[in-house]
Amino acid sequence: MPTAAATAAPGSASAGPASTPPTRFAVPGRIAVSNRAAALWQTATLTEIRRETPAVSTFRFAVPCWAGHLPGQHLMLRLTAGDGYTAQRHYSLASPPDDAGHIELTLDHVEGGEVSGWFHTEARPGDEVEVRGPLSGFFAWPGDRPALLVGAGSGVVPLMSMIRHRRAAGLDVPLRLLVSARGPEELIHAAEYGAETTAVFTRRAPEGVPVGRLSAAHVAPLLAERPAGGWEAYVCGSNAFAEHASRLLVEAGQPVDRIRIERFG
Amino acid sequence: MNVTRGFTGRPRVHNPGLPPGQYDAGDDWPVLSAEVTPDLTPADWTFRIDGLVAEPRSWDWDEAHTLPASAYEGDIHCVTSWSKFGVRFAGVSLDAFLDVVRPDASATHAVAYSHSGYTTNLPLADLTDGRAWIAWEYDGKPLPAEHGGPARLLVPHLYFWKSAKWIAGLRLLDHDEPGFWEQNGYHARGNPWEEQRYSGD
Repeated sequence: MPTAAATAAPGSASAGPASTPPTRFAVPGRIAVSNRAAALWQTATLTEIRRETPAVSTFRFAVPCWAGHLPGQHLMLRLTAGDGYTAQRHYSLASPPDDAGHIELTLDHVEGGEVSGWFHTEARPGDEVEVRGPLSGFFAWPGDRPALLVGAGSGVVPLMSMIRHRRAAGLDVPLRLLVSARGPEELIHAAEYGAETTAVFTRRAPEGVPVGRLSAAHVAPLLAERPAGGWEAYVCGSNAFAEHASRLLVEAGQPVDRIRIERFG
Repeated sequence: MNVTRGFTGRPRVHNPGLPPGQYDAGDDWPVLSAEVTPDLTPADWTFRIDGLVAEPRSWDWDEAHTLPASAYEGDIHCVTSWSKFGVRFAGVSLDAFLDVVRPDASATHAVAYSHSGYTTNLPLADLTDGRAWIAWEYDGKPLPAEHGGPARLLVPHLYFWKSAKWIAGLRLLDHDEPGFWEQNGYHARGNPWEEQRYSGD
């Protein structure tokens, strides 16, 4: 799939100091990012821990000077040891924008995870960590365009922020979620899903629900809905899932330049 | 210093190769592209340099492989905070391509762009004097598609979002022009040793 730039005859597109060549993907960011907020470390105080699944919990923080965010944005979080050693990680924001000086992160307990391990075994309300953000306008969804969300495992977290935002703000812009989990007990935020959500179970499913991975049959009916202006697709999950899901979307007719992907390793 | 109660971190030895705020990813090599992985074969691949150069030109796969081979063995650093030590890439030094097109004296920056449409900006000085490559092999094997194969830009002394996957070309400019992540809040240069992660750092 060569681009216009790549197919230009050698020597033809001559050159002045013009802007970047036209491209196929070039999905622009959805919002401008506040550099000031992103540059500043702030103290976040843990106020509440809620169990979501056996391996996943939600951590609620008070961040009084939080500048606000859009669903889909992430932050950088930093822990500091007594000897000055620090560990920092990117995490998606799970909470909707309108949460009055609070943010929520929903974190997997990663096997051997240095930061997630601290959260799941050590953290308790009153603890302080540092955060900076919100970061990146690329995966953000301001709630303006129809959104087709596809997530697996904890990849559903930034997508949940979008669903919560749509509900809290009373938006009627179309939104659909395809969420994949190994079984019902591992489905994060299960109690909050409504008619917009189709859950796909890859290992164990409730009575009468088929077991199997996300397939063209799940994607086709959603693309057939064709909302005015078309879907903006947001895919989040492991790299293997993101590769699989984005290929399904492309094969089903979703334009490549309207698929945003956030992968984690 | 804001010490986190109960946090000790994983056991560690001081590693002078690790820039501030980074950890050793070991054998992992996370994939962090924001777009659909393009279906791009070596036969489809081309690489072009134009803009402020004496002789703009494009190379196809075979033409690029006639240039002198050059390898990089060393470390890479991702802004998401992992670093990977002792990686081995092979390809061609970007100097070999630039020698052919002859940059104008007025060229100060470049925009690298990918066959996927991704863009990233770099000072020209970060792309010359043996500091940048077009890489098509990783660890002795063809570069995997999800890591930018058949060929990617490699600028290992900057955060890895500068090493554009599926590289399609460079346009040389007399000014800096933010690319994809730089327009999304990331730093214009991205030097890991100065922790230039986000705009404002």
